[in-house]
Amino acid sequence: MSVINENITAMIDRSRAAAPPKPSSSDERVRRLSLWKILLDRPDLGSIAGTILVFALFGIFAGDSGMFALDGIINWSQVAAYLGIIAVGACLLMIAGEFDLSMGSMIGFAGVMVAVPPMYLGWPVWAAVLFAFGGSMALGALNGYLVVRTKLPSFIVTLAFMFILRGLTLVLSTHFANSTIVSGVGDKIGSDPVIATLFQGTTGHWLFSGLAGMGLIDKLPNGEPVVGGLPKVLVWWAVLAIAAGFVLARTRFGNWIFLVGGDSNAAKNVGVPVRRVKISLFVLTAFCACLFGVLQVSDVGSAAADRGLQKEFEAIIAVVIGGTLLTGGFGSVIGACFGAVIFGVVQIGISYTNIDSDWYRVFLGGMLLLAVLFNHYIRSRATASK
Amino acid sequence: MSSEYILELDNVSRYFGSVIALKDVTLRLRHGEVHCLLGDNGAGKSTLIKTLAGVHPPSSGTYRVEGEAVKFSSPREALDRGIATVYQDLALVPLMSVARNFFAGREPRKKLFGVIPVIDIPYANEVAREKLAEMGINVRDAGQAVGTMSGGERQCLAIARAIHFGAKVLILDEPTAALGVKQSCNVLKLIHKARARGISVIFITHNVHHAYPIADSFTVLNRGQSMGTFAKSDITKEAVLDMMAGGTEIQNLVDELEGRAA
Repeated sequence: MSVINENITAMIDRSRAAAPPKPSSSDERVRRLSLWKILLDRPDLGSIAGTILVFALFGIFAGDSGMFALDGIINWSQVAAYLGIIAVGACLLMIAGEFDLSMGSMIGFAGVMVAVPPMYLGWPVWAAVLFAFGGSMALGALNGYLVVRTKLPSFIVTLAFMFILRGLTLVLSTHFANSTIVSGVGDKIGSDPVIATLFQGTTGHWLFSGLAGMGLIDKLPNGEPVVGGLPKVLVWWAVLAIAAGFVLARTRFGNWIFLVGGDSNAAKNVGVPVRRVKISLFVLTAFCACLFGVLQVSDVGSAAADRGLQKEFEAIIAVVIGGTLLTGGFGSVIGACFGAVIFGVVQIGISYTNIDSDWYRVFLGGMLLLAVLFNHYIRSRATASK
Repeated sequence: MSSEYILELDNVSRYFGSVIALKDVTLRLRHGEVHCLLGDNGAGKSTLIKTLAGVHPPSSGTYRVEGEAVKFSSPREALDRGIATVYQDLALVPLMSVARNFFAGREPRKKLFGVIPVIDIPYANEVAREKLAEMGINVRDAGQAVGTMSGGERQCLAIARAIHFGAKVLILDEPTAALGVKQSCNVLKLIHKARARGISVIFITHNVHHAYPIADSFTVLNRGQSMGTFAKSDITKEAVLDMMAGGTEIQNLVDELEGRAA
C-alpha cells in the first residue's frame, strides 16, 4: 500500500513540477474510421437498411404489378403517413424513456369527439375539431401527470387509458348513434372550408395535372391525372416529422429529451425539468393520435369505435425498427419514419404479390425481432471503446 | 463580508426521525485548500455532503458560505453560490456525446435564421474539447459517446464541467472509489489543478492512500461525529487511519493471520 502511495505522491509531484502539457490538436490515439463504422453508430441505419431490403423484395416479387406506379406509391405511402404521424410522437416519448399505449384508443376517441358534437349536439365542425384536440391533449397531460406523479411505469398507466378510452368510445357512439359507427360527418367537414382545407382530401392538384399535361404521369380516359393530388395526411406527416426531427437534434428541448431518457436522475441533477419534459411529450403523443383520428374521420367520412385498434403497437414497432431503444436515451425520428414506410410497403405491397396476405403479421413480427437484435448490437457498439 | 473560510459548518446536527446521522459536526474549508473528509461506511459522509450541497438542511447548527449564514432549500441554490457537487453517479448519460453531456441542462444557444433558438453544436464541441484538454484529458472527438470513455475520464469530465460552470467549491463524492491506480492518479492530478486555479475542494473518500498525498487538511468522521480537523503537517497517515477506526481492525487482522492472536 505504501508503494502505491509513494507512486501517487511522485506522480503528483511530477505534475506539479512539469509545465502543463500542451493539448495537442492531433492525438496519436485517434484512428480514422471507415464510412461503414461511422454509419453503424447512427440509430437509423437499421431502418434504412430494412427499407432498402423491403423495396428490393417487393421490387422483385411485385415490380411489374403497378405497386411502384404513381397511384401505387400514393397508396402505400398514405398508409405509411398515417402510421408515421403517431410514430413521430411515440418516438420522442420513447427516447424520453416512456410509452403511450393509449395512442390507438385515443385515435378512436378523438374520432368520436369530432363526429358526435356536429351530428347530435348541433355544434359547428370547427368547434368539434378544436374540442377534440383540446380534449385529447388534456387526456395526454393527465396520462403524463399520473406517470410522473406516481412514478409507476407508463406501460401500466397508459394501458389503463387504452381500455378506458376504447370503452368510452364504444359507450359514446352507441349512446348517440345507436351504432358503433357515427356516420355522415364527412359531408359536414366538407362544408367547412377551413377544416376541409386542413384535413380533407388532397392538395397540389395543379402540379399533378401539370405533370400529366406534360405526359410525365399517366392520365385517366377523361384527361385527369391518375392521382388528383397529394393526400393531406402526407403533408401533415412531412411537417410533423421535420419539426420533430429538428427539435430533437438541434434544440435545447431535444437535448433534454435525450437526457431524461438516458438517465432521469442525472437530468434532474443538471437542472432539467424532468416532469415537464415528460408531460409535454405525453401531450404530443395525444396530439399525434388526435391528428390521426381527425384526418381519418375526414377521409373516411365517419367515426367508428374500432378505429386505431392496435395502432399503439404498430407505432412502437415502427419506432423500434427505427433504432430507438426501448429503454430510452437513444433514437431518431428519421428512423421511425423509415419504420413507418416499411409498414406501408409491406401491408399494401403484399396484396400486389401472389403471397397470401395472412403472412403480413408474420413478416412484421420477424422484422421487429431482427430490429431489436440489431439495435442491441448497435448499442453495445456505441458504448464500447473505439 | 469576507472570511478566512469559504464554507463553514458550525455544530451541525442532522436527524432522520430517531436516527442521528450527524452530531455537532464542525467543518471549515479554507479558500483554495483541498480538504479531505474521511470516514468508514456509515460514518455520515453522505449526509454531510448532502447538507453542504443543499439537499438536507441541517436540523441544528449553522451553515455559512463566505462568512454569511445560509439556508439552502434546494441543490440549485447551493449551485448558484458556486458550490458544485459531483456525486458518484456523475450525472452523465453514457449514450450521449461528450459535448452534449458537458453542456447538459446549460446548452449554449444561437439563433437560426435570426429566430429559431438552436443549440450551438460546433461551439459546444469546441469548448468541451478545449476545457477537457486544459484538464489534461484529450478527447478524441467531442461528438463521441461518453460510454466510450474510461471511468477516470468520466470522473474528470464531470469535474471539468463543474469547474467550467463557475464552481468555487467542488464537493467530490468518492471520486476514486471505482478506479484503478493509474486512473485514480489522473483524478488526483485534476484535483491538484483545480486547487491551482483557486478552487476549494472537499474530497470525500475512505481511502487514506488517495487522500493523504493531495490533501491540505483532514476531517475524520466516525459514527456521525467529527474526530477533529488536522493540518497535514500535524498528523501522519497511520494516525488518520487509526482514527477512522480501520487501523486497529486491520492490525488485529494482520496479527490474527500471522498467528499472533491472543
